[in-house]
Amino acid sequence: MGLLSSTFSLARYRVEGRIPDPFLETLRERLKNHMIREIDNEPAEKSVGWTCFEAPFQPDFDQANMVFGTHLVFSLRIDKKQIPAKVLHKHLNMAVAKRLSQAGRSSLSRNEKQELRDEVARRLYARIPATPNIYEVVWNYEQGALWFFSTQKAANEELEAIFSKTFKLAIIRMFPFTEADLACGLTDQQKDVLYKVSPTVFQGGSHA
Amino acid sequence: MLDVAVAYNRYKYLGNEFLTWLWFMMETDKQGLAFPEAESTELVIGDRIVLENNRHNRDETITIKGDGAGLEEGQLALQKGALVTEISLLVKTGEAQWRFNLKGESLNIGSLKPPEKNPAEASDDMEQQVLEQIAHAERATSLLHHLYHQFIMQRISEDWSKGIAPAMGRWIDQAAS
Repeated sequence: MGLLSSTFSLARYRVEGRIPDPFLETLRERLKNHMIREIDNEPAEKSVGWTCFEAPFQPDFDQANMVFGTHLVFSLRIDKKQIPAKVLHKHLNMAVAKRLSQAGRSSLSRNEKQELRDEVARRLYARIPATPNIYEVVWNYEQGALWFFSTQKAANEELEAIFSKTFKLAIIRMFPFTEADLACGLTDQQKDVLYKVSPTVFQGGSHA
Repeated sequence: MLDVAVAYNRYKYLGNEFLTWLWFMMETDKQGLAFPEAESTELVIGDRIVLENNRHNRDETITIKGDGAGLEEGQLALQKGALVTEISLLVKTGEAQWRFNLKGESLNIGSLKPPEKNPAEASDDMEQQVLEQIAHAERATSLLHHLYHQFIMQRISEDWSKGIAPAMGRWIDQAAS
């Protein structure tokens, strides 16, 4: 469901503030500073970072074309590893048995078991490849409008966090209240009315 | 401005009222809808509409699917106090037709399907494809912005409680009877 798919979904954002000049060089530099880090063969569970739109698995922000008409286009990549519950259960069971045998004990404390569980998970994470998910970002910089090509809550939360960290700019999700408050050109008086509205009851011809 | 998470939850009903108003307008005053494009635009309900009734501590969801599906059940749900929470819209502009879903609480645009293209016109050029897709997204976001702006101006006007909401109440009563 990405930008070039036959159907796609998007969440809308407003971005407030400017990137220091020279604009394009600063943009490339900041994206590079928060570029996706490969975690295959590493004990990490998740990696979140920017990547290039046209080459999401070989990002090179120095060479990438990021300007399409009046829009900037790049992608957010979220790589995640998932250990099947039964695999974790098996390896944890084996690790517990080994630890008990080595220590000559019959049981482990809750903390010891949790530590062992984390250790087993890290070992397994280092052995399984991460599944990449790529979400395009289209940013009309001049208009301060940004589209994120996913409506998944978790992906949007990752976008908001990394965008703020990368660009030090305010990124505001456009939903019913923010769209009315920030994008409908309301006067202060109209905004006061907006802040005080309450739900309407339509049914049965009665209304609040 | 209010904290974003608080504002999202406190005012999400506005998005559901917007979709309900949109249905009302499509049924009773199509000409009254403000479109961004100079070319004549027609807006009709697509193949899905979802309503939710959260009143009287009951959570009831009604989903109506399928092109040309009867909407009587939805209208009955409106009469019981439900609001539209998700709607599929079909937009006809000139000879082109495109569709997308709108969710009330987030105003997210879902499953946007641009107009069918003649295969002979399809471009292999990546930049061209990106620009075309951006143009489709721009059309949908612009349409949403125009319609929502029109709704909000009515919603915060005195005419809402005096004229529009009672008219919607009558429409709901008539539609379900």
